[in-house]
Amino acid sequence: MRKYLMSVAAAVSVAVLASSNAMAAGGAVKPPEQQWSFSGLFGTFDRGSLQRGFQVYNEVCSACHSVRLLAYRNLMDIGFTEDQVKKIAAAKEVTDGPNDEGEMFKRPARPSDRFVKPFPNEQAARAGNNGAFPPDLTLMTKARVGGADYLHALLTGYKQPPKDKKVAEGMSYNLYFAGNQIAMAPPLSEGAVEYADKTKATVAQMAHDVTTFLSWAAEPELEWRKRMGVKVILFLLILTGLLYGVKRKVWSDLH
Amino acid sequence: MSDSKFKNPIVAWIDYRLPVFSFMEHELHEYPTPKNLNYWWNFGSLAGIILVIMIVTGIVLAMHYTAHTAFAFDSVERIMRDVNYGWLIRYVHMNGASAFFIVVFIHIFRGMYFGSYKSPREILWILGVVIMLIMMATAFLGYVLPWGQMSFWGATVITNLFSAIPIVGDSIVTLLWGGFSVDNPTLNRFFSLHYLLPFVLVGIVVLHIVALHQHGSNNPIGIDTKSPQDTIPFHPYYTVKDLFGLGVFLVLFFGFVFFAPNYLGHPDNYIEANPLVTPPHIVPEWYFLPFYAILRSFTADALIYLPISWLMSAKLAGVLAMFASIMVLFILPWLDHSPVRSARFRPLYKQFFWLLVIDCIILGICGAKPAEAPWTYIAQAATAYYFLHFIVILPLLGFFEKTKPLPTSISEPVLKGGGGASSAASAKPMEKA
Repeated sequence: MRKYLMSVAAAVSVAVLASSNAMAAGGAVKPPEQQWSFSGLFGTFDRGSLQRGFQVYNEVCSACHSVRLLAYRNLMDIGFTEDQVKKIAAAKEVTDGPNDEGEMFKRPARPSDRFVKPFPNEQAARAGNNGAFPPDLTLMTKARVGGADYLHALLTGYKQPPKDKKVAEGMSYNLYFAGNQIAMAPPLSEGAVEYADKTKATVAQMAHDVTTFLSWAAEPELEWRKRMGVKVILFLLILTGLLYGVKRKVWSDLH
Repeated sequence: MSDSKFKNPIVAWIDYRLPVFSFMEHELHEYPTPKNLNYWWNFGSLAGIILVIMIVTGIVLAMHYTAHTAFAFDSVERIMRDVNYGWLIRYVHMNGASAFFIVVFIHIFRGMYFGSYKSPREILWILGVVIMLIMMATAFLGYVLPWGQMSFWGATVITNLFSAIPIVGDSIVTLLWGGFSVDNPTLNRFFSLHYLLPFVLVGIVVLHIVALHQHGSNNPIGIDTKSPQDTIPFHPYYTVKDLFGLGVFLVLFFGFVFFAPNYLGHPDNYIEANPLVTPPHIVPEWYFLPFYAILRSFTADALIYLPISWLMSAKLAGVLAMFASIMVLFILPWLDHSPVRSARFRPLYKQFFWLLVIDCIILGICGAKPAEAPWTYIAQAATAYYFLHFIVILPLLGFFEKTKPLPTSISEPVLKGGGGASSAASAKPMEKA
């Protein structure tokens, strides 16, 4: 009886784990799994992909979407040199001040500035986007069930709507978006950016790169975290093994 | 003074005036502990260690956190990005809450299985239930602080529960909020209380340990220690065993912290709180799910609600049932009046114990599901069984269960397993520096 009950308990707990993953699919299709350079115990961000992904964000996404938690200086962490970062920042304008005359003034952005937002506020963003609000993308891969897989699927998931589905004016049909109607028009098209490293800019490639970039934006500590994690776990395994030996030794006169 | 048991003259001098060293010697070193405790007994000290980890990481987080609706979310992200090791401290604190509940739930179920709540340990048990209640309040308050979508909407749902109380309900909710919706005053008082309660917890944990040391630990056989040969000094036997257990725990814990830090969290909490957008499913953290399922079981058409439907609204019934699911633990020592403590000698109780564990897991699954068929029906049945277990089955078992004969002493079964030479060795009371 006890064995039986235990196995029921085990089966139930497996079901809990499985259901917690399936829980929030919310009507849309489950995004297919992708190969990511940063997944797994030893994953690191592919630097080439990160820099290409930044280019995609900078030339395409940033027209509507902010990444307000990133500063330009952070780009040095993904392999840009200080001069490159200065140039990237200087291409944007920020409002500073007040100066000695009490006036606000415009100046080119510096590496210490946060990424400049495309719209000053939500109202302006909605006014410029047919009433929709393009969300900030800094934490997007952490803020959606499915994470990077979901983001990649969304960017490549624009399809012709099935005949029985009506898509409202100004909306697009997307296989992976909850409810399948998304206000964002297909953002990527073949050759939308010209990669400096001559990688062919297919939609799938750009989606992969910009998702890698945004995964880094959401978890800039990921590589450090995993590197430290491997060391900490190894240390703890050895320590725990030693403690087990000590425990055996101390208890030996009782057994 | 010369006859002090401490050789170090400074230690002896201090101890003569303030007996802290005698106290530690008595409570941590000599403290006689049953020799047959198994690894389920590791979870008490683990819980204590996690409490310390939570307080230390929490104090550091509070140095960088801003309790204001306009800045809270960004200040947490600043901790994650710009504070030295901020991501580590925050992930330890975040996953520490889950670890705390896992460990405490196991600790509680261990107490139930081996009858640790029975005389003379009723107050020890009651203090433990108080600790769990305060832990739950603290965890709920803490979950609101990052001011994500689940923070905000979780706070809204849970504080709204109090509005079910007749007459004064709405005033209580206004008082909790500090206004007429969950807003900046709510966040401020939640932060204040979240910082206060862990120290209250420390105080009650001290009482919990005082009560424990009065009669010593229960043990897997559940009979009292009778002679010195039933016990061993806490140090070094259980200090080293607890340390080994801590090592195993830390491997698992840091596995989550470093490799799946957000696995137990909800993605919606990485979206900043927005009072105008309600998330499609508002779910609490996993450790509240069984209680959440009990709360939601009481719908207007639920069978379990029918008998009390003339008395109160379904909402109030749900709220009361949720609190009752914990309150019932306070009277557990009197509901279960069987004189035998350990489930090892209670064949029926053992089966009902595992049924209760499964029931709680089922409730947890139902709590995570949307409130629709078939989950609502499963949750209602599981809720009914939960209370049936405590209020009907346990008292009846005390009358009708045929228990197995108890061993005469703790040493007896241990010695039987041993063999000639070693049993002679362990027949002496253990002395170890």
